[in-house]
Amino acid sequence: MSYISLSDKDKKEMLARVGVSSVDELFRSLPDEIKLKRKLAVPPALTELELNGLFEEIGRRNTLGQYLSFLGAGAYPHLIPCVVDALSSRGEFVTPYTPYQPEVSQGTLQVIFEYQTLICQLTGMDIANASLYDGATGAAEAVLMANRLNNKPKVLIPRSLHPQYRQTIRTYCRNLGLKLEEVGFDEKGEMKLSDLEAGLDAQTSAVVCQSPNFFGQVEDLKTIADRAHAKGALFIVVVAEALSLGILESPGKLGADIVTGEGQSFGLPLGFGGPYLGFMACNKEFLRQFPGRIAGQTKDIEGRRGFVLTLSTREQHIRREKATSNICTNQALCALRATIFLETLGHDGLKEMACQNIHKTRYAQAELGKVKGLKVKFAGRPFNEFVVEFAKDWATVDAALRKKGIIGGLGLAADYPELPDCALVCFTEMHRKEDIDRLAAALKEALS
Amino acid sequence: MVPNNFRYTKTHEWVQLTGDEALMGITDYAQNHLGDVVYIELPVVGAKLAAHQVIGNIESVKAVSEIYAPLAGEVAAVNEGLNNSPELVNQDPHGKGWIVRFKAAGKAEFEGLMNAVEYEKYLEGLDK
Repeated sequence: MSYISLSDKDKKEMLARVGVSSVDELFRSLPDEIKLKRKLAVPPALTELELNGLFEEIGRRNTLGQYLSFLGAGAYPHLIPCVVDALSSRGEFVTPYTPYQPEVSQGTLQVIFEYQTLICQLTGMDIANASLYDGATGAAEAVLMANRLNNKPKVLIPRSLHPQYRQTIRTYCRNLGLKLEEVGFDEKGEMKLSDLEAGLDAQTSAVVCQSPNFFGQVEDLKTIADRAHAKGALFIVVVAEALSLGILESPGKLGADIVTGEGQSFGLPLGFGGPYLGFMACNKEFLRQFPGRIAGQTKDIEGRRGFVLTLSTREQHIRREKATSNICTNQALCALRATIFLETLGHDGLKEMACQNIHKTRYAQAELGKVKGLKVKFAGRPFNEFVVEFAKDWATVDAALRKKGIIGGLGLAADYPELPDCALVCFTEMHRKEDIDRLAAALKEALS
Repeated sequence: MVPNNFRYTKTHEWVQLTGDEALMGITDYAQNHLGDVVYIELPVVGAKLAAHQVIGNIESVKAVSEIYAPLAGEVAAVNEGLNNSPELVNQDPHGKGWIVRFKAAGKAEFEGLMNAVEYEKYLEGLDK
């Protein structure tokens, strides 16, 4: 089928074949009173020249690239090797639709299978799906999955889990009769174990834990896993900064039953909030309740290796309201970019990138810690972000920094009233030493 | 010809009653229409059954079908062999492919189900 618009000749021919003299006649069954008898109130068509000019003018209002930004909080600025754009923009990858017919989709399915394999390796789990929308919906799906597995009504959600992930979980769980109970954070910005113990009981379906958490702290997953399992609860690990998996021990080895999170760090631009990449993995025994598409490896009738979408009986189009989820898609192009990114960097390259994040963050902690009127809020082990507390109110500091072309971080008071005049600051391999020094100097001036 | 001593439901389950011990599965007609069975979701031992209640699922490559309790009762055993060999349901649906053994609540319901002759007639009506 060609995508060329119809000429007047084509239209005349089609109308004649159908047996009407005009397009209006095709709508003759509609009552005359409801017909709009004027043109729609849209501006006239622009020429290509005018259209390009319009978008260029709108584009110039963007300040991206003009500011030095230290924003993290679930979306991270990372290097994207040019091979990612070059390969993922090829027509063979960009144009095909869902691989429902394996006979004509082997390339697509192979990429998904490779992506799933990489996620299993990074998370230390048996099975991964073909991807979900993003980390927030992944967290929600994991909670629903846990509830399907053990039918228990209570889920423990840490306050140190990304606020938008918590909100999304609440939305997904509305009207399901689930009790979402909050677990606080301690003076180190980590999950408060006494709160966890208090909340864990025979009714607890799952414990959710983000690591590194929203404050950037690496949590003690093994301890939390053991406590959850001791009370018969499943352990869900959420990873918002996927790059951390390049150096930290895999959650699977530390006792996670389900691992889910955000893959944006793997080759996806910040892109004004999306499209991003939800990843999810679980252990073999939970396969039947695992949501999302799964690509599987098989053999054709000639014994050659091939790939298909498999275990479709968990899904919408077969089980309808009893399906494991209402999701009937995946983020194929984003997963492709993540696959190219991971296979380009390799195990060693990913670890190197993660190390640079840690080293820059340690340097930043030290330099910022020297600034009078600024306190690094939580002691502990941040990966690539941490919370700072200011002697002045955040709005004043933020404004002063912006005047110097710097976006210093994310103010936390709106989501965490108990952390007024605090901000979350992020440092990745993209920040040079000079950039961090520039931030420290600007903060020194803003706080003097 | 379907086994004479079994009784049948409209949803293609068969049940055999010996005293108050009942054995059930799905019929040859059902397994034939399902295609290759790949997975069976079995009830838990001890689960209480109400007649015509959904007690599990049978999955073939392309579809999922519900399994209904033919009689009220309590699950005494499930065919664990089906976990590793779901194809038993296709190969021997009235024998080795049995699904649940349960303690039946009463005999009256059993008498109320179709016998072999009635079930065969019912199948003829379906295929028209």
